[in-house]
Amino acid sequence: MKENNPVLKAKGFATRQSLRISEKTIAKKTDANNYLADVADVFLFLSRIFKETFSRDFEFKEFLRQCFQIGYKTLPLISIIGAIIGLVLTIQSRPVLVNFGAVTMLPGMVAVSLIREMGPVITALICAGKIGSGMGAELGSMKVTEQIDAMEVSSTNPIRFLVVTRVIAATLMIPLLILYADALGIFGSWIGANIKGDVSFVLFFSQAFGHVHFMDLFPAVIKSFFFGAVIGVVGCYKGYNAGRGTESVGVAANSAVVLASLLVIIVDMIAVQITDMLM
Amino acid sequence: MNTPQTNSIENASKNRDKSVIEIKNLKKSFGDQEVLQNITLNLIKGENLVVLGKSGSGKSVLIKCIVRLLNPDEGVINVLGENISTLNTKGLSTLRQKIGFLFQSGALYDSMTVKQNLEFPLRRIKKNLNDKEIETKIIEVLENVGLADALHKIPSQLSGGMRKRISLARTIVVDPMIMLYDEPTTGLDPITSDEISALINKVQEKYKTSSIIITHDIRCAHNTANRIIMLKDGEVYMEGKVADFENATDPFIQSFFQ
Repeated sequence: MKENNPVLKAKGFATRQSLRISEKTIAKKTDANNYLADVADVFLFLSRIFKETFSRDFEFKEFLRQCFQIGYKTLPLISIIGAIIGLVLTIQSRPVLVNFGAVTMLPGMVAVSLIREMGPVITALICAGKIGSGMGAELGSMKVTEQIDAMEVSSTNPIRFLVVTRVIAATLMIPLLILYADALGIFGSWIGANIKGDVSFVLFFSQAFGHVHFMDLFPAVIKSFFFGAVIGVVGCYKGYNAGRGTESVGVAANSAVVLASLLVIIVDMIAVQITDMLM
Repeated sequence: MNTPQTNSIENASKNRDKSVIEIKNLKKSFGDQEVLQNITLNLIKGENLVVLGKSGSGKSVLIKCIVRLLNPDEGVINVLGENISTLNTKGLSTLRQKIGFLFQSGALYDSMTVKQNLEFPLRRIKKNLNDKEIETKIIEVLENVGLADALHKIPSQLSGGMRKRISLARTIVVDPMIMLYDEPTTGLDPITSDEISALINKVQEKYKTSSIIITHDIRCAHNTANRIIMLKDGEVYMEGKVADFENATDPFIQSFFQ
């Protein structure tokens, strides 16, 4: 009889529902707490980087090694990609410009689009893949194999030695790589223009740079420093905070690429908005 | 024979004046799991103290707390008279210079050669040495561990035993007063394991170090221990000499020693 009592049934249903709701609330609260803890962790990491950057014992030798690793070793990849972007952009744009009788605008259009947007963003995304994942994997494996702990017990500050050097090297080298990619992109564009036309090297370059103004180049250079810093910080943060198992090395590398790429696009969006307001 | 916690506390107070490490009521948990529960022990100057226990009994956590790679939840750890919990970054760094830590995996820096691995702590801790003195010191410790010809090799070219030796060389190159060995013979064949144990004794004799050796390898404990402490369920289960453990009737101790 008790089982069929509608009051008891309703009471039981209400208890089960309220239990479900409170479980969900607790789960959401835990998620929120974890998220806040992660955010606090990132800010703590950034403050440690900032503090160690201005410490007296800067690891200059390691900084130069990282500049070589980030700058020189990424050069071949950036060269190929930069030249191909310029070439493809020219081949794709030329027919449209021919239809409008504006083919003489081609060098300027390619140069401006490469310098303002395509060069910085594509180069930064490539660097997020190569450099960000490299940092994530290297520091992650150092963490797993206790090399970071070994550094700490031998009285060396791992943030200063491993992180600060990598972040500064990325912040300084990635803008240089972007400028190099821009130059090679314009060179690739000249090759593209000569596949179906005949333009001299000097004429093409003078037309290209005739359309580029200071306010095209300056914001692009400034934002490229931010791209470098974002890639360096994210790569190091993910690697330095990797878990203990070998699986976490892959996770660190992968999440470093994903987050760095996402942040590059977000920084670009903010930079474009700021530039637009200033101009 | 001394048995559990009460006797170890008595011994700790008896040897206080000679102790280089004193640990009192140490507790450490990870989430709900209590790894160390009320550990009290001391390391006497010049001795090799072996800490035995099953995997997961908190042996490695114990020595990581000593160098503050992990922060204890409760308890006091005095190292060379300094309470490590109250030290600031600079004080901790200075104290760590007097402690050598041999990691279970060796923890050699993959991107550096053996020479650079040894140079790394030496250039940071012994700042007054010039290039020639650094080179001489590196060759001396490499000869001591029997690997003088590995100077220009990178860690990936070394076998497990060689990595342990180089790691030991990197630790002793800065003349530490205290050595902490985390599973020094794990994963090694019996011959190499005996060689490492002999090296531990050689380091104790030549560099006059006081050491804590974390292991579950009875052969290593037998070869190196002046005194043994057995951990069980995060507590000191028994303390004594090798002979005390060998003659123990406790089934848990017997399962290790017989």
